[in-house]
Amino acid sequence: MSNWKLVTTLTDIPQLGSRVIKTATMNIAIFRNSEDRIFAMKDECPHKKGPLSQGIVHGTSVTCPLHNWRIDLASGEALGPDQGCTNTFPVKIENGQVFVQL
Amino acid sequence: MKQKLVLIGNGMAGLRTLEELLKINAELYDISVFGSEPHPNYNRIMLSPVLAGEKTIDDIVLNSLDWYQQNNIELITGDSVTKIDRVKRQVQSASGQIRPYDRLLIATGSNPFIIPIPGADKKGVIGFRDIADVDTMLAAAKTSKNAVVIGGGLLGLEAANGLMKNGMQVTVVHLLDSLMERQLDKPAAALLKASLQQRGLNFLMEAQTAAILGEDKVSAVQFADGSELAADLVVMAVGIRPNIALAQQSGIHCERGIMVNDTMQTFDPKVYAVGECVQHRNICYGLVAPLFEQARVCANHLAQFGIARYEGSVTSTKLKVTGIDLFSAGEFHEAEGDETLVLQDPSQGIYKKLVIRDNKIKGAVLYGDTMDGTWYFQLLREGTNIADFRSTILFGQHDLGDAGHGDSKVLSLSDSAEVCGCNGVCKGDIVKAISEKGLFTLDEVRAHTKASSSCGSCTGLVEALLAHTVGDGYDAAPSKKPLCKCTDHSHDDVIHAIQKHPIKDMRSVFQQLNWKTPDGCAACRPALNYYLLAAWPEEYVDDAQSRFINERAHGNIQKDGTYSVVPRMFGGLVKPNELRAIADVCDKYQVPEMKVTGGQRIDLFGVKKEDLPPMWKDLSAAGFVSGHAYGKAMRTVKTCAGDTWCRFGTQNSTGLGVQLEHLTWGSWMPHKFKLAVSGCPRNCAEATIKDFGVVCVDSGYELHVGGNGGIKVRVTDLLCKVETEQEVLEYCGAFTQKYREEAHYLERTAPWVERVGLSTIKQAVVEDEAQRKVLYERFKVSQKVSQIDPWKARAEGGQAHEFTTLNIV
Repeated sequence: MSNWKLVTTLTDIPQLGSRVIKTATMNIAIFRNSEDRIFAMKDECPHKKGPLSQGIVHGTSVTCPLHNWRIDLASGEALGPDQGCTNTFPVKIENGQVFVQL
Repeated sequence: MKQKLVLIGNGMAGLRTLEELLKINAELYDISVFGSEPHPNYNRIMLSPVLAGEKTIDDIVLNSLDWYQQNNIELITGDSVTKIDRVKRQVQSASGQIRPYDRLLIATGSNPFIIPIPGADKKGVIGFRDIADVDTMLAAAKTSKNAVVIGGGLLGLEAANGLMKNGMQVTVVHLLDSLMERQLDKPAAALLKASLQQRGLNFLMEAQTAAILGEDKVSAVQFADGSELAADLVVMAVGIRPNIALAQQSGIHCERGIMVNDTMQTFDPKVYAVGECVQHRNICYGLVAPLFEQARVCANHLAQFGIARYEGSVTSTKLKVTGIDLFSAGEFHEAEGDETLVLQDPSQGIYKKLVIRDNKIKGAVLYGDTMDGTWYFQLLREGTNIADFRSTILFGQHDLGDAGHGDSKVLSLSDSAEVCGCNGVCKGDIVKAISEKGLFTLDEVRAHTKASSSCGSCTGLVEALLAHTVGDGYDAAPSKKPLCKCTDHSHDDVIHAIQKHPIKDMRSVFQQLNWKTPDGCAACRPALNYYLLAAWPEEYVDDAQSRFINERAHGNIQKDGTYSVVPRMFGGLVKPNELRAIADVCDKYQVPEMKVTGGQRIDLFGVKKEDLPPMWKDLSAAGFVSGHAYGKAMRTVKTCAGDTWCRFGTQNSTGLGVQLEHLTWGSWMPHKFKLAVSGCPRNCAEATIKDFGVVCVDSGYELHVGGNGGIKVRVTDLLCKVETEQEVLEYCGAFTQKYREEAHYLERTAPWVERVGLSTIKQAVVEDEAQRKVLYERFKVSQKVSQIDPWKARAEGGQAHEFTTLNIV
């Protein structure tokens, strides 16, 4: 069953930035890094539920704006000595259009 | 195929180099490590507490066997390398193992110096260097009584203390008349000796050891004057010698140590060396802190970055004898023309001495109260001019109002005492993390415990705990503190490069300054964005993605992800229609809470992000601009009623406050920046705890700078007095601009003023009229760009993607 959802175009996400997708159950943050890779994860830091979409993106990680946890964009795992994990979702880009598998 | 790296010496310097290397590039090498001892890498400087029974061997292991496995490092223990074949590029060990190398790292450390006297080879005569020595001492303590320690230096005293704790009768024999003469002056040495005698140590001063007596095993020590002292164990602690035998045999150039250049390379470019075995710029180091600096540099070159240089270290010493606080650094014996500052309190057992040359600290000896050792050491290494506070410097940093909250006697705190009030971290948690996880730096403690990672006011306490727990291993003030982990350059290096190089965009900073990460990190990107903006206000295009969310969304993010909105009220003045507009906005967007702030304006809490632009549109229509309550920026100008209403007022403080706010609003700063104007010396606007404060007097205006009412309350310093409002504006602009151009990002004016010294600022802003005018002019140029209201711009559709969410199509 294909549940790939079209959410936006690559150019509508700022480089080293993010956009937020509102769904019925949660907010999903969708990130674009400096190499134009796209990542999607639940917009909630495993620490105190900070909105990761509002963090600073660098390399393949994002730093949570509330208490500076670093979260790996690909795995959703907290980096460094911090421990915790947030849900990630598969993403793909086709003809500049961004799809998320929900 | 990966290159091969072989490390000879499984000790602290070598392993630290590997750790630094793995951090930068874990993929470059296949690594093999040879160690003569049968143990994994352990913290050699903690052998004294092990001997004293305060720690176990397990406590001091730094890299467990698992660590080697996880990092795919081959570890060969209990096997010494006996031959380096530099032609075939391979090493051979005692047991016949052969490993080829592309790069070789020698970290063979040092050997204790055994005095060449008759009998020195008898059983029971040892050095104090490794776990085997500690085992010998512990075994001796169980079966025999008398111990003689030859050498009253740091190591000797620690060994003596440990043996005494194990129940032995210990006599310390010292050649000179004063203990630890390389670290202490005579008064401090006398205090130390008295204290150790009280604990039960015996001393034999000015005694020259002539022979070790006994059959097969030692029975006594004989001195030059013929006298004898019974001994079952003799510990020689008279110094160390770099272990260079292997390097020398292999034809690598050595003098006292293995000769290395500033990149830690030996005369064979394939071979590097670090640690106690090397001689760098004619110095062999025997303390740990310099080794760590060498390790950083060496790793940088092994990783083929090729930019770091080791330029030597200034070292400091602490004695690890529980209950004795002692610190020394630099040139503590005054030379001709030096001045000394001394504080002596005999009944409290406190002695502090600073050696001063040209208003700079050259050396320090502290006994009894070493709390400020790290601070003096930092002043020493940074060459800070202490003219502004030399009259109180001996009372400590605390006396400057900069010691943070709470009790500064961190060592006397109980384990359950809270050190970090932001994150609720107790002393015990920190000490445990430091010893269990082998932490050495403030950054590591922050990462593991969160202590000092929020407001930073407990940093001094955490540093003191680090210094105490790891002893000499703690590198209090690296000669150059990197801006963040992405670079080896300091804040000053980066500011200088951006201004003078010049560099005008962020990618070029990364490239030209050899950033180690592709996009920097959450620490350096906002700093770089600020430095570029401050240096090139008319050219640099602000990078929204390098700003912390508050400055990107122009509101303060709250714990639930909503934002707060604070409209600017110039000088705290407000009109009825403006209040009505605010009330209407709150009704319209269902703002859950309003609060009058300390900055004389109104905070609207709980605003949804998507409501921000329409709300700003309404506020903008009523004449409001952003209050920048969310930014590292000019915040507010607090004012009192002034002479319009107040019967005590001497000047129009409110009007002047409004003018100052119109001059400075919108300006981005290294940190937040607050002003105040009080109409008379009663100072109702609290101007003397602001970054820039004006106190009106009958004859004019006193200008105060560098105050802080936050984490660390600091009263301002008086900059000068002026006579006209126009002068107030000009001096304010010039001071602000100097701060904007020279302070480090996230450094408030209070620590900045303390770091660069008030006299430097006075020179530029008060005494040099031409420079003041140039600074003021540059401030006004930058304000042209800054005073475009960010709220209005976004209400009109700017940065729309920041405020709208996506829908699933």
